[in-house]
Amino acid sequence: MNSQPLDFVPASEFKQRAADAVADDHLRKSFRGAMDFLIGKRAAQFPDAAALESQRSLAEHIRKYSLARLPELLEQLERKLTDNGVQVHWAETGEEACAIIVGIAQRHSTKLMVKGKSMVSEEVELNHAMADAGIDALESDMGEYIVQLDGEKPSHIIMPAIHKTKQQIARLFADKVPGAGYTESVDELIGIGRAVLREKFMSAEVGLSGVNFAVAETGTLCLVENEGNGRMCTTVPEVHIAITGIEKVVDKLDHVPPLFGLLTRSATGQAITTYFNMISGPRKPGEKDGPGEMHLVLVDNGRTQAYSDEQLRSTLQCIRCGACMNHCPVYTRIGGHAYGTTYPGPIGEIISPHMLGLNATHVLPTASSLCGACGEVCPVRIPIPELLVRLREEAQHDARPGHAPLRGQGAAKSRLVDAVWSGWAALYTRPALYRAFGWLATRFRALTPPMQGGWTVSRTPMKPAARTLHELMAARRKR
Amino acid sequence: MNTTGSRHYPDKPAKVYLFGTCLIDMFCPEAGMNAVHLLEREGIEVLFPADQTCCGQPAHSSGFPEQARAVALAQLQLFPEPWPVIVPSGSCAGTMRHHYPEMFADDARLHAQASALAERVFELSEFLVQVARVSLTDRGGPARVALHTSCAARREMGTHEHGRELLAQLAAVEVVIHEHESECCGFGGTFSLKHPAISSAMAGDKVDALKETGAETFLSADCGCMLSLNHTLQKRRDGFQGQHLATFLWQRTGGEGGQR
Repeated sequence: MNSQPLDFVPASEFKQRAADAVADDHLRKSFRGAMDFLIGKRAAQFPDAAALESQRSLAEHIRKYSLARLPELLEQLERKLTDNGVQVHWAETGEEACAIIVGIAQRHSTKLMVKGKSMVSEEVELNHAMADAGIDALESDMGEYIVQLDGEKPSHIIMPAIHKTKQQIARLFADKVPGAGYTESVDELIGIGRAVLREKFMSAEVGLSGVNFAVAETGTLCLVENEGNGRMCTTVPEVHIAITGIEKVVDKLDHVPPLFGLLTRSATGQAITTYFNMISGPRKPGEKDGPGEMHLVLVDNGRTQAYSDEQLRSTLQCIRCGACMNHCPVYTRIGGHAYGTTYPGPIGEIISPHMLGLNATHVLPTASSLCGACGEVCPVRIPIPELLVRLREEAQHDARPGHAPLRGQGAAKSRLVDAVWSGWAALYTRPALYRAFGWLATRFRALTPPMQGGWTVSRTPMKPAARTLHELMAARRKR
Repeated sequence: MNTTGSRHYPDKPAKVYLFGTCLIDMFCPEAGMNAVHLLEREGIEVLFPADQTCCGQPAHSSGFPEQARAVALAQLQLFPEPWPVIVPSGSCAGTMRHHYPEMFADDARLHAQASALAERVFELSEFLVQVARVSLTDRGGPARVALHTSCAARREMGTHEHGRELLAQLAAVEVVIHEHESECCGFGGTFSLKHPAISSAMAGDKVDALKETGAETFLSADCGCMLSLNHTLQKRRDGFQGQHLATFLWQRTGGEGGQR
């Protein structure tokens, strides 16, 4: 099943979007400023490099251990949640996930669903499915509320409205929020949003949330947030639906604190978030608050493909902190929207091919200089650069014998490119031929082509030296 | 990936091999010669196997592992004696040291050979500081320079401090820090060809940051970064240009610009 986001940018358009983005001074400056701020906040939380490395090792091992036991942990999670009174649903695709959630909302005849922040709900395009069913799905995270109000998508997984200035938000609120005047005061803007949302929390029948960690041993869903809207969505409406990817499960409650500590510090440079919700079931008889009915939707949407391969499985270690994009020189230049996928930046480049297929996404893994900044800061040590290289390889080749093909396997294959690399290998494996080539290139350096593809867009052409190092060294030997 | 601080260094050897890299061979051979001069001045004989071509990195990072492996295999046999292999480029050194063993993971004999070679691969500035333990005497006048360290040298080889240590030995040279110093210059091999808009934006920001320091020149121990930035500056008709670290060190310490 193809669950391509509605506003998905095809591979061919990525380059144009990126070119437009780098030409936009305002966007460049605001992303650079925001990313520098986040980089600084994170760095201040990790003053001791050795301590950080030991925490990363622990977090990496917890995630690898959880993934190694994923099938049994998911079964255990389902049992525990069922015992706790939570209804568990499995969705292989985004469409299935949406159908399940629409179905639950329709059974309750709701017209309004309030949503806490959930990237998986973005990934499966839940808001469109709800709109098609005539149900309002209102984002209650302030950043998500802003982008939804403007008909946009998040440009960052943690800070969805990071691309917007205070002035743009002031104008947006004045134009779109009934009764709101124009103000550039951040406190007043938040006050306006809060007043709208407070009202909606009270009237919505259904609340939706994501999940940061799902604990198998206790059947506990952990939710990390700063605004309290997550708690409102999961406690005020009569029905709470949680949605998450199948990879979010961990074995024990003890495994949560090390991941939580790295998540908040890597993401926003906070030692801890304002709210940490641990949800273990619906309201019990005699309890005064909490939802009467609770659901968990576990979404695959291509994750099993990554899971099936030993190397690609590490993609699923991700705890969605966003540090890879904050530190990415490419993301910093082009922003999140240029990618055209729900998850932008380095994590998006390695996970989107599993969700959307390589035919739609093969350009994304090439949009990296392999500088390694992402891998260096990843709190769970996903070897992102190695995965980018691997996906480039899979996009250029048929599946190897004995390996299941990835979706869109070989999508970037081209006879011309194959011929270039075969010719390159033929030259560089024949030393005498290579030396002859060097001799000719240096003697005829005046004939160097003035246009050298992408290189000469902003650079003068590369021109061979007068003599190669090989020749200079050979001349020395003869003396 | 990051091996910083974990490496065991041998005693200073009588001989070393030089792996010149394809970029230096064709586009900045003087940097290769200056590396040879620096090593020879320490009393080390430099062997240059004439059949060397390229480490294979361009194909490897572009998703063509077979072609990368074929080219890597052609280098594997060229360094039979147990001498260190000196590479005047962090990214080529990183390929040989970290990727060669995995490229030959499916062949026990070649894997053993690649692993043994990987153990002997040193980036030039790393070797000069940690193995040759050079003591440089500055013979130039006051100078202000910026240093751009390649991402591979920094994150794969963990050798980003070595260039700085060498420059610190030069009494009249002031090394200035530039904004976002640890950030990529946008070269990235075939990335610069495939994504010219993004690569150009990164290169543009890097040259702006280098120039803002007021340095007279910038230095890099990687020819790829250096060429990308120099050609960016040339396109802007800007006279500010970078040099390979080996060239700068050799010239500052009494060597001449060219061959000896």
